[in-house]
Amino acid sequence: MRSRSASAVAGIAAIALMATACSNDGSDGGDEGAEQSTLVIWSDPERAEAIQSAAAEFAEANGIEVDVQNVSFDDIQGDVVNAHQAGNAPDVFIGAHDWTGNLMRNGAVQPIELPSDRADAIDPTALEAVSLEGQLLGVPYTQENIFLMRNTELAPDAPETFEELVEVGTRLKDDGEVDEVLAMAVGQEGDPYRMNALMSSAGGYLFGQDGNGDWNPDDLGVGTDETIAAMEKIAEYGEEGEGVLRRSIELENEASLFFEGDAPFFVAGPWTIGDANASDIDYEISAIPGFEGMDPASPYIGYQAFFVTEGSANSALAEEFVVNHVTDSDFVLSLYEADPRTPVQTEALESVSADDPNIAVMAETGENGVPMPNIPEMGETWEPLGIAQAQIIGGADAREALETAHDTIAERIGQ
Amino acid sequence: MATNRSGTAGAPGKGAPARPALPGGRFSGNGSLTGQLVKIALLGLFTALGVWAVLPLYTAGNWWGIGLAVAVVALVYWVYLSKRTVPAKYLVPGVLFLMAFQIFPVLYTMSTSLTNMSDGHRGSKEQAISSIEAYSVVRGEDSEEYVLTVATTGDPESGELVFLLTDSEGDAYAGTEEGLSELERAEVGPSGKVTDAFGYTLLTPSQVNARSDDLQDFAVPTGDGSGIRSSGLSSAFEGNAQRAYDEACDCVTDSETGKVYTADDERGAFYGEDGERLAQGWQVGVGFDNFARFLLNPTFAASFFSTLVWNIAFAASVTFLVFVLGLAVALTLHVPRMRGKVVYRILVVLPYAMSSLAMYLLWRDMFNADFGLFNRMLGLQVDWLGDAWAARAAVILANVWLGYPYMFLVATGALQAIPRELGQAAQLDGAGPWQAFRHVTLPLLMVAMAPILIATFAFNFNNFNAVWLLTRGGPFGAEGTASGGATDLLITYTYRLAFSEATAQYGYAAALSVMIFLIVSVTSVISLSRTKALQEVDR
Repeated sequence: MRSRSASAVAGIAAIALMATACSNDGSDGGDEGAEQSTLVIWSDPERAEAIQSAAAEFAEANGIEVDVQNVSFDDIQGDVVNAHQAGNAPDVFIGAHDWTGNLMRNGAVQPIELPSDRADAIDPTALEAVSLEGQLLGVPYTQENIFLMRNTELAPDAPETFEELVEVGTRLKDDGEVDEVLAMAVGQEGDPYRMNALMSSAGGYLFGQDGNGDWNPDDLGVGTDETIAAMEKIAEYGEEGEGVLRRSIELENEASLFFEGDAPFFVAGPWTIGDANASDIDYEISAIPGFEGMDPASPYIGYQAFFVTEGSANSALAEEFVVNHVTDSDFVLSLYEADPRTPVQTEALESVSADDPNIAVMAETGENGVPMPNIPEMGETWEPLGIAQAQIIGGADAREALETAHDTIAERIGQ
Repeated sequence: MATNRSGTAGAPGKGAPARPALPGGRFSGNGSLTGQLVKIALLGLFTALGVWAVLPLYTAGNWWGIGLAVAVVALVYWVYLSKRTVPAKYLVPGVLFLMAFQIFPVLYTMSTSLTNMSDGHRGSKEQAISSIEAYSVVRGEDSEEYVLTVATTGDPESGELVFLLTDSEGDAYAGTEEGLSELERAEVGPSGKVTDAFGYTLLTPSQVNARSDDLQDFAVPTGDGSGIRSSGLSSAFEGNAQRAYDEACDCVTDSETGKVYTADDERGAFYGEDGERLAQGWQVGVGFDNFARFLLNPTFAASFFSTLVWNIAFAASVTFLVFVLGLAVALTLHVPRMRGKVVYRILVVLPYAMSSLAMYLLWRDMFNADFGLFNRMLGLQVDWLGDAWAARAAVILANVWLGYPYMFLVATGALQAIPRELGQAAQLDGAGPWQAFRHVTLPLLMVAMAPILIATFAFNFNNFNAVWLLTRGGPFGAEGTASGGATDLLITYTYRLAFSEATAQYGYAAALSVMIFLIVSVTSVISLSRTKALQEVDR
């Protein structure tokens, strides 16, 4: 009997202890969220601080708090979609325009309507890139594309054609000045993002476009004769041909080939500019040259945008933020300070180009570019197409490899 | 020896005299004061955990979850406060963790494998319908834009919302759920915002924000299904929802194109007559379709078998090689005359101490055909990552290097537990070093090593990182990525099938995981029973 009552006492004591702990907890939580609303923004760590300080003015003007949280850029899309389903997504997040299709089919973002004066201040191609079915789903603020970087000591003039590039590079290689003609990542898995510039020049395509300029997933171009012919043309420079494009050159070593002076040409992006300025190499950038007598090389243009999560508890402020703040040149410029990318807001672009000639040149190198398709089907093409391209560079039959990739992609996107 | 072992196995043998006093008795009922206090603190902590779990469940209205949480807390109270449940006191924590971290995930994976959960099919039908309708609101070509001021009639928090709108000519209107009407006696600021209006309460930004949910559903009707909706705090536009759901026909009608999309509850999406579907779908049960999708696919069947063979060969050869190499090094360093053993041991253990992820990437670099260390140093021309057999060798080589220090550690420990006298006795009996090792040392070692070997095999069987970071499953043959690559394990192969770069197909992935789970379970059960047999023989 004695021990039973001891047990009961112990139980009551345990509950009482818990209750005290909880009551403290409760009052703490109660004080916080009463009046002040907090706008939660997800951003990659590189830009988080810049966004935090650039949003301070917005926060003050509207009497709210802004909390910028760090999420690795590659994880944002997946995390937002999962968090949206679980009901704890951020109010606003930063993302790439080619996520649009997937975000839309998961209902994770909210459509945005820009007043015409705001919309007019932004490059229309950029707005088009974050739109699907006539619906604007995010507000773009920067763009980026790949370009050709060359070592001006070795190659003073920008090559007009890919043939010229190979000729200059091969001469340097034969003279023993360099080891490689071109540092362009292929890797064992291929790199369709970079390869698209050459593939499009030689007439290949991934998806067709309909009359409105929307990407048409029913018109898959991977296994078509045009694309096969294009990859056969590229294979002339592959391992069995001139040896300019090789699987052993990959993302891990391409930059060091160029920066150590082992390659005169480098297919680079805005993300390499920082390293280039820090290196001893004298460099200049120009557009990636196309093949002689063929279309100009058309690199993919990627846009970065701010999105508003669907069903956010602060949707009014989140909309206000992306509609009236992200479109503001002051905001874009303060982000540029922290993370120099080419703005798509016309006024900001002009002011930035005046200070940094590279920005203007980079914008020029993207003139022949196309926005990367933003339809969800796009994601299914990377791996099969990349493997096929790597096999072709390695000397495999282009028709066989591309037709196989075509079938794999078609199966995945349900055709 | 057999009787000895059963004595330590935990269960009292037949005819065992009396139940031994269990040490936990000290903490039960009439134990010491410290014991009581510890118990009270732990139970209190556990209850707090329970309450912490219940609160979000309550908000979500998940009564099953609440019931479960309460039941678990009640069970814990009963077990630890009662005097009669001594064995349960030991078993409950383990069982709870087993349920939470093993059984529940397996069951959840199994239940997911019977659905079509994937991108575009994550939520409920209601969510799909509401996003279809929301995404179909289009602004007309020449529709009016307004400067918006949000107001209410009455209290800011609960009053009816009113849009005070100023058009490009500066005329002000009041928009309610009934429609648009002229706004008189209002003051309009320079930005176009209404600064004061009789009878309306203008809201501050945070007051507007507090009513975000109402705003989402609010539109000032302007006829023909059009409405004026807000965009941010200070602009509004006239838009028209082109797609509307009709419950009667369970379909979505597009008023622009006149197309009708009917709900297909088996596939979880709205389909038009021509087979075109709306992007936003919902989650439905699909029975065993996910399993049929790979079991009945001829490419899958063919590549599954070859992948399985390579998978077993990979796991077996890595296990065998790390064992041989680890044991050989351990034996060498076990020689008593050896000098500088500590230094050698540290050197050998180094690979084990480094991050395996970084090491895999480093190895990948070293295998590069043109710039890699191997080909450069040895003057070889091997296409390590591009040739099927070279890639297989590369994957095994890297894993043996990463895995043998662990075997070395275990073998060193086990060797030290074997009395040296046994070896010496064997030598006195005339056995050579090999015979002594083979018939005396090795059998004794295997007692300790066999479970480790099984664990190593099981680990390597599913060694995702090893393959994904080195070769990504490649190189691929002429059949492309749909069939397995030369170094694909089942886990990397299925990962590629289920999670391509953009579309996450959880249902399909779950079905494949269930299958791998079955394979690994069967392998483990078989090998565990084989080990028991081995141990009996050796004794």
